[in-house]
Formats: sequence, C-alpha cells, structure tokens
Amino acid sequence: MEMTTTDIVIVGAGGAGLRAAIAIAESNPDLKIALLSKVYPMRSHTVAAEGGAAGVAKDEDSLDNHFNDTVSGGDWLCDQDAVDLFVEQAPKELTQMEHWGCPWSRTSDGKVAVRPFGGMKIERTWYAADKTGFHMLHTLFQTSMQYPSIERYDEYYTTDLLMVDGACRGVAAIEMRTGQMRLFRAKAVIICTGGAGRVFPFTTNGAIKTGDGMAMAYRAGVALKDMEFVQYHPTGLPGTGILITEGSRGEGGILVNNDGYRYLQDYNLGPPDPWPRKKAMELGPRDRLSQAFWHEQKKGRTISTPHGDVVHLDLRHLGEKKINERLPMVRDLAISYVGVDPVKEPIPVRPVVHYTMGGIDTDIDAKTAVPGLFAAGECACVSINGANRLGSNSLTELLVFGSRAGRGAAEVAMAESTHVDESAIEKAAEEARAKVTGLFQNVGGGETISGLRKDMNSTMEEGAGIYRTEESLKDTCVTMKEIHARFANIDLEDKSNVYNTDLLQALELGAMIDVARAMAVSALNRQESRGSHQRLDFVERDDEKFLRHSLASYAGADDPGVDYRDVVITRSQPAERVYGGDQK
Amino acid sequence: MVEFNLPADSKVGTGKTHKAPDGATRIKTFKVYRFDPDSGNNPRLDSFEIDLDKCGPMVLDALIKIKNELDSTLTFRRSCREGVCGSCAFNIDGTNTLACTKAISEIKGDVKIYPLPHMPVIKDLVPDLTVPYAQYTSIKPWLSTDSAAPDNERLQSPQERARLDGLWECILCFCCQTSCPSYWWNGDRYLGPAVLLQSYRWIADSRDEATGERLDDLDDPFKLYRCHTIMNCTSTCPKGLNPGKAIAEIKKAQVKRL
Repeated sequence: MEMTTTDIVIVGAGGAGLRAAIAIAESNPDLKIALLSKVYPMRSHTVAAEGGAAGVAKDEDSLDNHFNDTVSGGDWLCDQDAVDLFVEQAPKELTQMEHWGCPWSRTSDGKVAVRPFGGMKIERTWYAADKTGFHMLHTLFQTSMQYPSIERYDEYYTTDLLMVDGACRGVAAIEMRTGQMRLFRAKAVIICTGGAGRVFPFTTNGAIKTGDGMAMAYRAGVALKDMEFVQYHPTGLPGTGILITEGSRGEGGILVNNDGYRYLQDYNLGPPDPWPRKKAMELGPRDRLSQAFWHEQKKGRTISTPHGDVVHLDLRHLGEKKINERLPMVRDLAISYVGVDPVKEPIPVRPVVHYTMGGIDTDIDAKTAVPGLFAAGECACVSINGANRLGSNSLTELLVFGSRAGRGAAEVAMAESTHVDESAIEKAAEEARAKVTGLFQNVGGGETISGLRKDMNSTMEEGAGIYRTEESLKDTCVTMKEIHARFANIDLEDKSNVYNTDLLQALELGAMIDVARAMAVSALNRQESRGSHQRLDFVERDDEKFLRHSLASYAGADDPGVDYRDVVITRSQPAERVYGGDQK
Repeated sequence: MVEFNLPADSKVGTGKTHKAPDGATRIKTFKVYRFDPDSGNNPRLDSFEIDLDKCGPMVLDALIKIKNELDSTLTFRRSCREGVCGSCAFNIDGTNTLACTKAISEIKGDVKIYPLPHMPVIKDLVPDLTVPYAQYTSIKPWLSTDSAAPDNERLQSPQERARLDGLWECILCFCCQTSCPSYWWNGDRYLGPAVLLQSYRWIADSRDEATGERLDDLDDPFKLYRCHTIMNCTSTCPKGLNPGKAIAEIKKAQVKRL
C-alpha cells in the first residue's frame, strides 16, 4: 500500500480540524501536516451552524457569568476546570478570527456585535448574520491556505487509526477517486470528524455526520464519554429537520401552541413578559424547551401536520427589515422548505436531534488516553457541555480546543525524533484492509445499507429519544445488537473502485452502529434525569450516584462496558437550574 | 464544412429504465447521466420513474430515493440538504443549480440531471473540482495587512461591512464557474466567475491592505479579461449572487488607477 510520511495527521477539515492545522503551522512551520477530509473544503458541517459563537464581549458581562451559564446549562456535568479555561480563551479566539478576516456583524461604532442566546445571562454571541458557522469555516479555510506545510487530502475517507506499541502512529484511508487504500505514517493524529446526528432519523445534521471518528477512536480503545447526552434543538422544520437558529428567538421570536398561547410559561420558564428577556421563556435552554414540546404534545396542544406535530415560531412582530438583516437564511429556509414566509406567517417547528454532547474522551488538553492521539470539536468530549450544551458554545469550542489539540500534537511531534518503521505501519493496516475487502466479498447476505440504516434510525428514535425508560432502552439495546450482527450480511451492489459511495456508506453505517450502541447502553445505565437525558422512570437528578461521566468501552459484538469518572467541581456546587423569573 | 462531434468514447448512450411500482399515480421520470470509468463503457442516460407521492419535494430527495431504493450504485455528492454546503451542484433541467434547493415541481416534463458541464467526470454526477480549488488558492483569499493587528477587533462600520453583502455568501458550489463559456474555452488560464467574485470580496473589504497587489495580479488578459459579460454566471447562481457585477467592479478598479 502506498505510504505517505508526515508529522501530524488531522482527520476532518471542518472548523476544529482547520483550527488545529493553523495552530500547528503557527507553532512550527517545519512540521508537515496531512489534512484528510472525506469531503471537499467548505462541505464540512461547521458550514451549517447559524446563530453564533459565545465569548464575553460586553463590559457588563464577565467570565464568571459565562462560566455559570455554561455549568448550570450543562446541569453540573461539565468539568469546571475545562469550562474556566474555555471561557477565558473564548474572546481571544474570536478576536483572532476577526484578525483573520471573519466578517462579524458590527455595531454602529464599528465594534463586533453580540446577540443573546438561550440560557445566557448577558448577550455574548458573536455572529455574522445567521451564517456564522459558514463564515467561520470560510475564514479558517482561507487562512489555512497561507501555510505551505498544510497539505490537503480532499475526499479521503479514513477507515482506521494505526496503532504501533499502544500508540497512534498514523491512519489508513481510502482515496475516493481511485478506491485505493493509502497509509499515512505520523507522530501524532488529531480526530476532528464532528458529531453523529445521523444515528437518528430526524436531525439537523448533514448526511456526512456519521460519527466516523468517534467509532475509530472507540475501536482503538479510547472510551466514548457521556454518550447518553444527545441534544434536541427545539426548532427544526418538520419533514426535513432543517435548523431554524436559536438566534431567531434571540432576536425576539416567540413560540406558541395551537391556541396561540406561549406555552413555555407553564414549564417554569415564565412569566412571558417583559419580552425579550434573558434566560427566560423562549431563551431558556434547549433541553427544557424540547421537553416542554413533548409535554404539550401529550396534552394535545400542538398542531398536527403531515410531517408530524409542530408548534409555531412567530417572527412577524420583528418586521421585514430586521428579519432580512439579522435572519436572512431563516427566511430563505422557511420559504423553500415549508412554503412559509416568516414576515407574513409563523414558522412550523418541532424538536430535532442536533448535537452530541458526548464523544471521544479527552482531557483539558484535547489528549486521549492513547499516546499520540488527540480529538477536538463535536467528536470529542472534554467536557465543557455536560448534560446539555449551551447554544453558541460549540463554535467557540472548536476554536479553543482545536487550537489546543494542534499545539499539543505539535509538541508530541517535535519530541519524537524518528518515525516508526514502515513495516510496523503496514502490519497495523492489515486489519483495516481486510475489513474493506471483506465488504466487497460478501455475497447473498441480503441486507441493504439503506434498510439497516432505517432500522437503526427507528429504534434509536423510539427507545432513546427525548424521554426514555428502562423498557424502551432495553429494547433498543437488543435491536441494536441484532443490527450489529446483521451488518455482516450487507451486500455491496457497487463493486467498482472509483468513487464507490456504496462502500463509503457501508463504512459510515458501521461507525454509526457502534456509536448508537454506546449511546443506548450508556442511557440505560444512567438511572437519573439530567439535562438532555430524561428518564420517565427516574425523574430526578441523582448527584449521589450520577454526578459522574459515563465511559463506554468497545466490546465488539457485545454491549459496551460502562464505567464512571467523577466530574471536576472547582467552584460551583450542584444546585437547581433556575430560569424565568418573578411574576411582574 | 468542419463537423464538430463528441469523441466516440464520450457519446452518451441509452441506459436502463427503472419502471414505477404498480399503483403509482403521480409519476415523474428522472433521466440521470451515468459514467463508470471502471467498466470501460461509454456514458449512458438511465431513466428512473418515481412516484412523487412517495418522494420529498426537492430534486435531491429524488436522487436519495433512487440510491436508497432503486440503484445504490448511483454516485453523487451531497450533505447539508439546505443549500449551504455546495456539494450537490449538478446540471438540472439544463441549468447549473443545487439539487437540494431545486423543487421538482418547478420542472416541466422529464427531469434531466447531468454533472456540472465541462469538468472531467470522475463518476456519474461527480466532477473533478481540483482546478477551481487551485485557482481559488491562487488569488490568496485571506486578509492581507501590513499594519499590526490591534489587541481587540479591527473596527469596521456597518456600512463598510455591508459592502461585502452579495460577495461573502458564495458557497463555492462552482455552478457559475462551470456555466461560463469563456471558462469552458480558457479554464486553464481564465480564473472564472466564482474565483473572481471571491477576489473582489477581499478587494472590497475595508480591513484588507493589499488591494494594489491584488489588482496587479489580476491585470492579465486571461485571468480577468476573458470575462465577456455573457452573464451566465449571474443567471445560474443558486444563491442569487451577481459574479458578473463583481467582475465589472474589478475592471472598473483597474481603469480607475490607470
């Protein structure tokens, strides 16, 4: 197999991967970087993030406020040392983005503008209209082009990490346009492959978000942390699951049920007025808003449509001018996909799977337990997001921890004087190659990729959705185990080498199955309700037993084992999460 | 009289037809360009009859349905399905556009889907975009300044920032690039509308200090002046942008400094 020798491999060229690459290039221009992505630049899903990136900007705000909002928003499952570091680095990274040319929206005095987001005491979300992820990704991609040490490998699908003597020393990847497997030998590897929303049927995530990197690290022996925490965003379009940004509520949008009633006041988020108001009503945290929808639906107070029940997001009172200036993409999306112009009518919305709080277990330096292996961005779990991520923290997270991963990997690469032998890499890649050739050789098993994917999607939604029970989760765990076994019977219809998307989708499905099982088993074992993980049979938070991170370890065909690790608490003791306020 | 014709191995033949299931009422035929370099065969046009009652509203929904249910070898790029990632750009119904934002109901008759024109085809609907990406890199599309960065952000008024509107929204789908006859002829030396739009995005940015160098670099009979204001770029852009106008602004800036 053809081998490329480099210093650091980065898998994934979205926001975190590009930020890591730039950090390496800046810390030492002599280090060679191979940046592998399964898609062309600007297709990575960072591009779809809309509302903004959080970092303290106003004089009346403080790092303590950002810390407290994040920790209580995460229902005290965040590691507080990591959150402290994160909030301190956030404004620096966002200013750095400005220096690189990011077209942030501005106030009349020429400074960067900020808007409020859910669960936020003072507005601190930096934005570029409602296309913030798009502009951050463009800026990072553009900036990365200045550095000759960053070599891009576009449309390379990484299948496996290559381990030599217990350390990660490279990756095996399929070059899509030839179908050939190519090996990359390196001193360090950074995984930045994003989340796994596609495990569920109804998600804001693009088709490429299949948890590839999570599965890769998991199989190589790194635990997946807090996988039971999956965020439902309260406002997705019915049918497609396309995201309508929280920024639309930050600008003053309201949510009403079938009576035109602002139902959130019935769920400890009120009173409704004055509005807009921080940390209340529509600017409560995402988990609470999605759960409130579920209860409204049970009470028969939602609106039924051919694509499921919805509530209405009403922006009409903002007026056409403000909608065009601040929320142009929301207007476009609503017109294109549900035929509703938000200037004239309310937008139908429902909760939709949005973000995986859990991920590859890393420490505060983005390091994993495997020497030489780092992870950053949505695929990783540091954890700053705890049981429920605060809106607009994720774009900042990929900058702060992408950058740390880059610098950490650079140190490792500089400390290692030589590469491991080529023969050791070849040997480590044997299994990777066998997995791919095995898929080609399967005949007559009768399972299809789309059929198996649909079954996985259904059982995850039924058993591991917004509300869960022991019974529903047990069913899902059993079904997922069967699906894992059925995967061996997949027949590839496309047997060609060049750009084989059939093969690619089979490999992606394999990754999703492993990730889904970690989610379901971790959720079954967590017998409490916290943040986005809500159990109908264990309705209270249980700090005695579960103020701990779950750590799922890969066990092949068997269900993963789940261990626990204490949360790092430094200065904020667990308390009740309070939103809304006194009656006026 | 010279006769122009496709080389023998590029002629598009008729491919397979996948009939609609029994009982389908609202049938639409999708004719999709297929090319498998591994097979050694010429390209072909496959027909897929789709029951629109069992399909989402967009052309991309139909392609995904075909791949999931009728022919899993059909090869195309896609991801965000909301018009922001630029993956699913094809020639649909004679126009370059995004399959995820193109409603099936807007198309009269059969829906014909080809890869973006005039690019080497890797397989089916997947073109090789190496050259446009390299051209993009060649214009140095990053903020270039001599003065040191301040501790905080560089100031930019909302009016200065608004000068980037219509430029910054480009998603690099290359629909405009591959719709331009000038680019078809001189794609190796003419930068094309997508890349020139990006070039102007930096010229127009009040924070950038390299306008002179940028204009010097573009002052070339091929890189810039192969634009003959045909305006296919502007009429095809799925995001409603106007690359033709951006190119005209660059030409005006060149004249102004003579």
